[in-house]
Amino acid sequence: MAGKVLVVTSGKGGVGKTTTTANLGTGLALLGRRVCLVDADIGLRNLDVVMGLENRIVYDLVDVIEGQCKLRNALIKDKRVENLFLLPAAQTREKDAVTPAQMKELCDTLKQEFDYVLVDSPAGIEHGFRNAIAGADDALIVTTPEVSAVRDADRIIGMLEAHEIRSPKLIVNRIRPDMVKRGDMMDIDDVIEILAIQLIGVVPDDQEVIVATNKGEPVIFDRRTRSGQAYYNIVRRLEGEDVPFMQIGPDGFVERLRRLLSRDVRRRA
Amino acid sequence: MRDFFGRLFSREEGSKKAAKDRLRLVLVHDRTSLSPHLLDTLKEDLIQTISKYLEIDTEGLEVNIDQEEETMALVASIPIRSVRRGVVAKANS
Ligand SMILES: Nc1ncnc2c1ncn2[C@@H]1O[C@H](COP(=O)(O)OP(=O)(O)OP(=O)(O)O)[C@@H](O)[C@H]1O
Ligand SMILES: [Mg+2]
Repeated sequence: MAGKVLVVTSGKGGVGKTTTTANLGTGLALLGRRVCLVDADIGLRNLDVVMGLENRIVYDLVDVIEGQCKLRNALIKDKRVENLFLLPAAQTREKDAVTPAQMKELCDTLKQEFDYVLVDSPAGIEHGFRNAIAGADDALIVTTPEVSAVRDADRIIGMLEAHEIRSPKLIVNRIRPDMVKRGDMMDIDDVIEILAIQLIGVVPDDQEVIVATNKGEPVIFDRRTRSGQAYYNIVRRLEGEDVPFMQIGPDGFVERLRRLLSRDVRRRA
Repeated sequence: MRDFFGRLFSREEGSKKAAKDRLRLVLVHDRTSLSPHLLDTLKEDLIQTISKYLEIDTEGLEVNIDQEEETMALVASIPIRSVRRGVVAKANS
């Protein structure tokens, strides 16, 4: 049975697409799935360093499409997890070295071999984005709880619809509970209400993500971190499990009452 | 004590409300922005349809999308020259 091609996209740059792709791919492979990560950000290769595989690259995606090498020879095997491979982007080529039709063909070939093909999309809505979504069966949209990121996500949702990708799933990244609590950041309900698509994950803003990236080891390897746990939850949801969402938003009335009371008691004591 | 109740009942006091309100507005616009070309086609169709009933001043015709808070409206201003006699007679019979 053929696998599934999922594109990870956002519109706005720097919201966490590459980080998400690396972590979800690693997590799915840890669960025993055969996974291929495709870096579609031609000219701005990044997924290789986030995965810690930058020293192993010989061929890239454009070489494969141009027939310079066999697909098999361009795939880089992950050094820690079985069944996890990366097809790196070309670094010294232009985005238009590849057409959407060629990308679709590539994705169709890959999904014969893999359970999941995760495509890391470049930012923007131009050629690179159209390449990234060309072969996708479904999409994961990454946003942060900020006005410009949510606005761009909305635009992307519209463009995906035009491409017959009708039920993209939303990942809200870099939530800061302290800011949500004091009313200075939109919470999950706010974002969902505005974008009106299905939520599949909530990832807190977490320094451990940067530490992990520095080492080239996706944070999902450390399930004790909040972000690692959050990514792991998304992986399980992708696999069809019903996993409750982490409580990150502001507390309900009772919770606030309890906290205030306990604070008053402490002060008096 | 006032501080206590203030904190207990306060919600959406920070900048998040502004973020949400502004997003809602900008998205209403983003989602519906008809291209100038589509607006022209719409105008042509309107002229054709209305001309069956009324003689209109096609030069003075104006079609716009108006946006107020969260609601949108298609607003058309169509100057009428005269009602076509035959149409009125048919409608009344
Ligand atoms: N949950 C998080 N907590 C803290 N930092 C994060 C989180 N997610 C992403 N980052 C950091 O944000 C930065 C941008 O992330 P990333 O490269 O994944 O974004 P991107 O959407 O792929 O960017 P681009 O549009 O340039 O491809 C990185 O430095 C990453 O470490
Ligand atoms: Mg990226």
